[in-house]
Amino acid sequence: MTKLQTGYIIFAVLTVLVFITTSSVSVTLGFLFLFGTPLFFMKALPAYSTHLNYFNKYLFLLLCTFIFVFLITPILIIMPLSFNAEPYFTFTEGMLTFDSAAYSFRWYQDIFFNGMIDPAATGAAWWSDMWENAQWVRSTRNSFFIAICATLLATGLGTLAALGLSRAEMPYRAAITSLLISPMIVPLVITATGMFFFYSDVGLAKTYLGVILAHTTLGIPFVIITVTATLSGFDRSLIRAAENLGADGWTTFRKVIMPLILPGMISGALFAFITSFDEVVAVLFIADVEQRTIPRQMFSGIREQISPTILAVATVMVILSIILLGVLELLRRRTERLRGVTPA
Amino acid sequence: MQDSSTTTPETLVTADGVPLKQKLIQSTRRARWRALLLTLPLVIFVLVSFIFPIGQMLLRSVNNDTASNVLPNFTIAIQEWDEQGLPPEETIELFVKDMQVAREKREIGKTVGNLATRINYEIPGSRSLFTSSSRKLAKVTEGPYTEALLDINKKWDNPVLWRSLKRATNDYTPYFYMAALDLKYDDEGNITEADELYQIYVSNFFKTLRLSATITFICLLLAFPVSYLLSTLPLKTSNLLMILVLLPFWTSLLVRTTAWIAILQTEGIINDILVFIGLVGEDGRVQMIYNQTGTIIAMVHILLPFMILPLFSVMKTIPPSYMRAASSMGAKTFTAFRRVYFPLTLPGIAAGTLLVFILAIGYYITPALVGGEDGLLISNLIAYHIQKSLNWSLGAALGSLLLAIVLILYWLYNKIVGIEKLSFG
Repeated sequence: MTKLQTGYIIFAVLTVLVFITTSSVSVTLGFLFLFGTPLFFMKALPAYSTHLNYFNKYLFLLLCTFIFVFLITPILIIMPLSFNAEPYFTFTEGMLTFDSAAYSFRWYQDIFFNGMIDPAATGAAWWSDMWENAQWVRSTRNSFFIAICATLLATGLGTLAALGLSRAEMPYRAAITSLLISPMIVPLVITATGMFFFYSDVGLAKTYLGVILAHTTLGIPFVIITVTATLSGFDRSLIRAAENLGADGWTTFRKVIMPLILPGMISGALFAFITSFDEVVAVLFIADVEQRTIPRQMFSGIREQISPTILAVATVMVILSIILLGVLELLRRRTERLRGVTPA
Repeated sequence: MQDSSTTTPETLVTADGVPLKQKLIQSTRRARWRALLLTLPLVIFVLVSFIFPIGQMLLRSVNNDTASNVLPNFTIAIQEWDEQGLPPEETIELFVKDMQVAREKREIGKTVGNLATRINYEIPGSRSLFTSSSRKLAKVTEGPYTEALLDINKKWDNPVLWRSLKRATNDYTPYFYMAALDLKYDDEGNITEADELYQIYVSNFFKTLRLSATITFICLLLAFPVSYLLSTLPLKTSNLLMILVLLPFWTSLLVRTTAWIAILQTEGIINDILVFIGLVGEDGRVQMIYNQTGTIIAMVHILLPFMILPLFSVMKTIPPSYMRAASSMGAKTFTAFRRVYFPLTLPGIAAGTLLVFILAIGYYITPALVGGEDGLLISNLIAYHIQKSLNWSLGAALGSLLLAIVLILYWLYNKIVGIEKLSFG
């Protein structure tokens, strides 16, 4: 019998013991998942390994399992909670026994109904009422509008600057890079305070433009970092080759540089987008009720009238970030393919 | 043939007759300018939308012109006063007249109320003296003004008050930095420690540093094994597990904070589990949120990916053969780890800890939502002064101190890690 098999047997015995002592299916399943996962990933160690080596390895994997659970549970747990039929933030008796009456879509409906003048209306009246008055719908519109504008600005300016920064001749590169990255480092409260005073003076406070400019500033470091990273693997002789063949600067950029750095640009843009989409401090300081974004609405939701509607919104947001993550992963693979690096 | 080889070599020239060296300098200069021009729009944008506002805020921390705005004539006259006894009659006459003008005009930012608030920072309780006296001063039309003022309120017969007024008429004042460091002027105008009741800022700075250090340390402890695991697994598995790290990284901050509220609150999931298992009774539910514990747990969760990603990218480059070599030479696992592996991970540790610490020290949202009373950080105090108490100069002074700490750390990061090493995913 190998040492690994000994482990399996000990684990099986322990599981049975847990079931007998607690006589609860859920506890046993929990035990099985938490302590079984590391065992599942155990592989045979080199032949000279002792039982202690195996045990240490198991402990290490167990620790990692706990940390991964810590990382991911909060994000997964809000999903079932958002279908709670009761206005609670925890699992009810019915939910645990999978009683269908304990689950409902009421908090998802509330996303639309909250703030509407007449949720009972039908037809076009309902739609226009929803579009105009529902608080969450309005903040969603604001969020997308602000984030898209800020992303376009940040990506455009940021890519241009990254092109300059990655040139060998760039003077004061270190100083300028640190300057352009600094919005990411400076605490948001300080940035927001400074902008609050400045924008109030020039009449940009409580306007969409003010929030967009603030978010552009905050998104720039991400664009700079991702695009310069892409450009660092860029073969500069391609530019000379293009110029040699008679292309002017713009054509070289459009036909040679742009297609190659596009994945970097898009992932930079996604970072800028999510930064703006998730930003709340600057909005708290600069924006008015008119410019409320989703995070701002969530912020006051948590502070004032905490209801599971927030969990429903949060679930939608998690799905959005899963999509973004997927897009980013595809882009990463594309970059690797373009550079001829294939996963081992 | 012979002729050409004996002549002195001419300087090399290009087709248009310019010396090559000069031409080269010209073209490098042009290339430098071209590179600079590409970054110029963004540099200007960042300077205007970011650096300038912050600079303006820094200025606000030493500059407060409320008093000289409300009392323009008095401001000039009081400078002559020797700070002994009360100011001369003519100066007080100007004070009374300035107050009357301010009361009548009620310009925004130049009202008696503004002045009262400004003096109230330095002498708590003097606010009502100004506002109530201002109302009665409106009827005083002729001298002697000193007597009239003292008739209205005996408190005016106090040189400390006038000295504070004289200090306030100076537009530039270190007062707000002093307040941010829990210092004040005593009755003689010397700098001393503030009353114990008002000593909140230095301790809050220390609390912020302590909490950030705790959070950073916990992040390091949690990130180290995970990064090691990810760096040693085959690429396919590690990519899959990486999703578990990146998904939280990409999920909205507020979503994660909300989730922690659902998990940690007294009627939340962890407490329900504890009650279910029987570890605590129904009335013994543990308070895990709206205090420092809640702040630490939620912030560790939010900042953990920032520690894992740099650590992982460093660990990926360490060949596993080093550890095998160490153990084949007789090192125990722990010795091999301590002497070989750990030193190689130091760049990643430096990058991760500095980044997490920098981010933690300026955190605002999470402490504001789950911090309760004692989980508040310095950022929350700054926001309070900017948004609620409207003591903007004090908020700016606190902000400048925080900014100074962050910039030192940023400089360190640049020095040790290098900003160009920063990357995501």
